[in-house]
Amino acid sequence: MGPLSLPDVSGYDEMILPGGKVRDAYKGYHRWLLGQAHDGLLRKRKEAELQFHRVGITFNVYGEESGTERLIPFDALPRVIPAADWRRLEQGAIQRVRALNLFLHDIYHDQTIVRAGLVPAEQIFGNAQYQPCMQDLDLPNRVYSHISGVDVIRDGAGTWYVLEDNLRTPSGVSYMIENRRMMMRLFPELFAHQSVAPVEHYPSLLLETLQESGAVPNPTVVLLTPGRFNSAYFEHAFLAQQMGIELVEGADLFVKDGFVFMRTTAGPQRVDVIYRRIDDDYLDPLAFRPDSMLGVPGLLSVYREGNVILANAVGTGVGDDKSIYPYVPDMIRFYLDEEPILANVPTWQCRDPKALDHVLAHLPELVVKEVHGAGGYGMLVGPAASHAEIEAFRERLRARPANYIAQPTLSLSTCPIFVDEGIAPRHIDLRPFVLSGKDTRLVPGGLTRVAMSAGSLVVNSSQGGGTKDTWVLEDGSC
Amino acid sequence: MLSRTAADLYWLSRYFERAENTARMLDVAWNLSLIPFAVDAREEITAPLVITGSLASYQASHDDIRVDEVMHFFTLDDGNPGSIFHCLRAARESAHAVRGKITAEMWESVNSTWLELREIRELGLEGYGASEFFDWVKNRSHLFRGATYGTSMRNDAFRFLRLGTFIERADNTARILDVKHQIGRAAGDGAVDFYRWHALLRSVGAYEAYREIYSEPINAERVSELLILRPEVPRSLRSCMQMLCELLPAIEGHAGQQSKRLAAVQFARLQYGDLDHIVDTGLHEYLTDFLRRVNELADTIREEYLEVV
Repeated sequence: MGPLSLPDVSGYDEMILPGGKVRDAYKGYHRWLLGQAHDGLLRKRKEAELQFHRVGITFNVYGEESGTERLIPFDALPRVIPAADWRRLEQGAIQRVRALNLFLHDIYHDQTIVRAGLVPAEQIFGNAQYQPCMQDLDLPNRVYSHISGVDVIRDGAGTWYVLEDNLRTPSGVSYMIENRRMMMRLFPELFAHQSVAPVEHYPSLLLETLQESGAVPNPTVVLLTPGRFNSAYFEHAFLAQQMGIELVEGADLFVKDGFVFMRTTAGPQRVDVIYRRIDDDYLDPLAFRPDSMLGVPGLLSVYREGNVILANAVGTGVGDDKSIYPYVPDMIRFYLDEEPILANVPTWQCRDPKALDHVLAHLPELVVKEVHGAGGYGMLVGPAASHAEIEAFRERLRARPANYIAQPTLSLSTCPIFVDEGIAPRHIDLRPFVLSGKDTRLVPGGLTRVAMSAGSLVVNSSQGGGTKDTWVLEDGSC
Repeated sequence: MLSRTAADLYWLSRYFERAENTARMLDVAWNLSLIPFAVDAREEITAPLVITGSLASYQASHDDIRVDEVMHFFTLDDGNPGSIFHCLRAARESAHAVRGKITAEMWESVNSTWLELREIRELGLEGYGASEFFDWVKNRSHLFRGATYGTSMRNDAFRFLRLGTFIERADNTARILDVKHQIGRAAGDGAVDFYRWHALLRSVGAYEAYREIYSEPINAERVSELLILRPEVPRSLRSCMQMLCELLPAIEGHAGQQSKRLAAVQFARLQYGDLDHIVDTGLHEYLTDFLRRVNELADTIREEYLEVV
């Protein structure tokens, strides 16, 4: 078999320059790729699938037959980020998360940003994610979002934009680590020739972050999962194991004498820090949803006493809500007195009648999202939607305009992926994971999500999106 | 260790052991039912239903006791909580819940067992072959045990896995012996008796042990001694109780006083027991009493370690 044909792309491609030349960061990889045979790569893809299945790296899909497990499609071509690009991204993500933590502290204390007139009061206090029980509660290091996922994309011109912030229970980091392990297993020779920055130390950084968030020395840290039927259960188990901490369910914990304990074979053991992967609403049936079977009765009262730390804190959702998103650049200026390093995507808030008119007039060009939605559910991608879908959405938008925001359809950058016929470009995004303890930091990399079908802009795994390994090349290795 | 984790580990190995024991038991029944002379195939095929206490639930959904139906009931029947299918699915679910507490190789052996079982189920027992299926189950159990033995840390996770194995095995060896004894007593034909005891020894993998230890022809009393009292036989009641006695005190912490006491008492009864006493008591009565004690121990382990309030 001859050399692989390379994609013919328009828009910003991560690997290929307009005119067909290969970008510097990809040169090493590209040379290697040209020497590979198509069926050799096919075999590697099979091997990867088999291995993921065997190891059980699967996720559960809501709404499908119970117990259905699917693999998230894995693409064996890496996405490469040059060191200089990464440094900027890293600084931008840290800046953003610091500002968001300051914002959360502020709105649960003095609300200076509201009084300064930068964010309308009703956007905060009328927000379903705002938790009055957090008012005036002081948290160690003033950190609310210990683990944040900042979703970034590149538009057609190659400029980075933040698409959204994830401050509740961002997931996907296990794929970042497993994808790297898979690449090193499939193609060890690639790592011998290029210095790809490591990401495997993420779990130890995470544990350090959780430990330093505790109010006591040598805290006992646990990971609280909704259980094995949750879509991200694999990740919960994976992270608990990598950190060497207990993976607990609500029923394993109980509250007594103002503290949280877990039931162990050697009797009750006190718990100091809970890395919870359960939404606020389900944490404590006495404080939130009384029908929740996943939480721990009385947990919130212990939390309010400062006798247990929750990561992330209760009420962080008000910081990553799509209705708050447009204000983040102003937050950065307000709290840090800095210019935002990473730009926001221009956003129309449909609650504003003028913006709504504009959106209604331009629906086929826009992406419209639910303010509180996540996972790619309940959104309209105008250019990809049928006339009927657009009209149906128009009605929903008119009925509840405040429930939606709209953004221009950005032509997300593309990156080559391996398909049955060879190599083809697909749209991608990137989710780096920012850890906030005493410092704010991240490992060099993140989860690159891929829209697996040609032309699609939806990268969410719940909608059939895939992932690929993300390489941050260290300086001088291009 | 979390009580729930301990419970999942315990049930993971109990269910896997149960699947293996069920395969062993069926293998015997299947082979005996194929022997054309003298043996009452119907009686042989009823034995597994009696051993596992599932005769009533079988009869509730079946009009007649037929070899193929009983085989299906115990192997691939989703509706029977005692079927191999059900056991391996439960084992896999428990393993899934403690994915982070077992090694990758242990998980892979459980998970690939489940994936293969689903394929076998598509073929059906006849399509795959009954004997081949029983061998497959035994091999998968060997593989899981080997992965556990070869890769697991010697910690409480390992101990709870082993606890589950030996509680289940003690229970099963006692049941299998009891039922064979009762069928054997009723029949009384020398040749058939020989086949029965021979098959029983084969089913628990102790045929070679018998040959090595005893120089006399296979008979009921020696088989009973072998499977109840001999320390060299890994499926004997004594070996199972000895393991439980070693495992329980090694678990970290001070819980489980009652469990440790019950195990020690039962082990002493076997360690210092003799065949004459068993014969005097009556084998059936002796085994019934043993089963009651094992179940009491299992209940106590559950209360003291696995479902702590």
